[in-house]
Amino acid sequence: MEQKLTADSPAAPEVRWPRPDYSRVPYRLYHDRALYELEQERIFKGPVWNYVALEAEIPNPGDFRTRTLGETPVIVNRAQDGSIHAMVNRCAHRGALVRRETRGNAKDHTCIYHKWCYGLDGGLIGVPFRRGLRGQGGMAPDFDTAEHGLQRLRVESYRGVIFASFRRELEPLADYLGPVFTRHIDRLFAKPIRILGYQRQRIMGNWKQYAENTRDTYHGSLLHEFQSTFGLSRVTQTGGVTMDARHRHNLAWSKLGTDDEAEFSALYKDNKVHDSKLRLEEPSMVKFHREFGDGTSLAICSIFPNLTLLQISNSLGARQLRTFGPDEFELVFTLFGYEGDSEEMTRHRLAQANFVGPAGLVSMEDGEAIEITHRASAGEREACSVIEMGGGGEIQSLEHRVNDVPVRGFWSYYAELMGIEPEGAVR
Amino acid sequence: MSAASIAEAAAELMDEYVERIDSDRLEEWLDLFTEDASYQVLPRENLEQGLPASLMLCTGKKMLRDRIVSLRNANLYNPHYDRHLVSGARVRPDPDGGWQLSANYAVYQTTHEGQSRLFSVGAYRDQVRMEGARLLFSKKLVIVDTFAVPSMLATPL
Repeated sequence: MEQKLTADSPAAPEVRWPRPDYSRVPYRLYHDRALYELEQERIFKGPVWNYVALEAEIPNPGDFRTRTLGETPVIVNRAQDGSIHAMVNRCAHRGALVRRETRGNAKDHTCIYHKWCYGLDGGLIGVPFRRGLRGQGGMAPDFDTAEHGLQRLRVESYRGVIFASFRRELEPLADYLGPVFTRHIDRLFAKPIRILGYQRQRIMGNWKQYAENTRDTYHGSLLHEFQSTFGLSRVTQTGGVTMDARHRHNLAWSKLGTDDEAEFSALYKDNKVHDSKLRLEEPSMVKFHREFGDGTSLAICSIFPNLTLLQISNSLGARQLRTFGPDEFELVFTLFGYEGDSEEMTRHRLAQANFVGPAGLVSMEDGEAIEITHRASAGEREACSVIEMGGGGEIQSLEHRVNDVPVRGFWSYYAELMGIEPEGAVR
Repeated sequence: MSAASIAEAAAELMDEYVERIDSDRLEEWLDLFTEDASYQVLPRENLEQGLPASLMLCTGKKMLRDRIVSLRNANLYNPHYDRHLVSGARVRPDPDGGWQLSANYAVYQTTHEGQSRLFSVGAYRDQVRMEGARLLFSKKLVIVDTFAVPSMLATPL
């Protein structure tokens, strides 16, 4: 069903942006329940492509996975003809969760409550006792099964990455992603992938704090000291942030081996950043095997609203963000390698899985940074965070990483979709 | 060694294991592993799907020591106390030598403000062997039922 903004849609709570370039963000945006509820309608069910799953997770006809878009439960599956379908995992009868398993293979989806049965395209194919029993009971004669299927989402797949939208009228996926991001997906998904496993993390914070975090290259080598301590990623390396024309997506990238050891040591020392002489006993774990031909060793790719594709050295993955109210969200990491990987390369990727996830040597800090931000800003609704590393005003891609400009890009698109842009808003 | 004395030594090893984590003596905790020991924290959903990716994977004590060195010097995480509750361990001879040790665990985390929560539940599927006069872990496999990890996983399970 089409979700349209009409006069009946709830009005957006008034948000006072002190500046039109989003360099000040009122803390209230991370805590307000009314805004959260509106986000479900205007962001996750709005004119966006949500990341659902990877095709490699449902390779065979009948394979399904359950996922969550925003907070809406969804089934994604492959039908007998190989086509991919995504539908809301909620029975059209009484609203029960139809598919309770997280994964499996099935010919259909049957609700346990009254056994209403749906096909792999979401259509209603069975209603027990629809005609009643011995001429008594049953559904009304004009009950039309065609009108009572599972709510179907529009689905498109790009290079095996499946996206879905609640909106029928929406730009095609490739246009939504834009050339920078289709090129990046081409780069990561040029070869058939092999799923290596899942990691999940529940963070007691607001989902937008995570959207900010992945677009903020300023924090990378400061918060994640493992990176600078062991030379994985430092701001002195060649790198930058590249956004799409609307500044909703961002690719943060850097290249190992492009900086000078002496300059790095001096800079980090001057800025009181940890610069110990620590060495790993098993340095093979941090080794970077060049595999994409472009020398990029770190690529954090944020696709609005719920996907992060990450490459940290040879650790590759897709993270889906799910919301559970304004104060909690979950990250589901799908780690992958390639079917053609040697055993040695697979072992290396599994060792580098230590970098990411809730126990990640270069990521565990994000959970803490978000939780302490959420905790300390909870009672403060009018004060604002400061986002002007790399300057205010125009939002633009940069060839350096001491900035948080893409965070303003996120807010500008968010505010547009939410209908809460300030006067003279920068886009 | 007799079965009874192995069971006793295994129980003692497990007690030391949790005590050294819970009292934040992680450097001494490392002494409970053989040099070739592996330490793996595996989400139960990956185990069930036959998928190999872990939350933590250290193949060899050097990697395990790197984990602790990183935790002490490079990582930042939620300040907390850990408290392990471990069931009685079951000990069986390992066909490859040594013994298999299995037990269930629950880890509660408490903030420095005194708020406790159940942080993780799961099972240990370990291998132990004698090194000189001491029984040590040659493999520690932590299967995590609570694989939607609350907040973050910094200190070992």
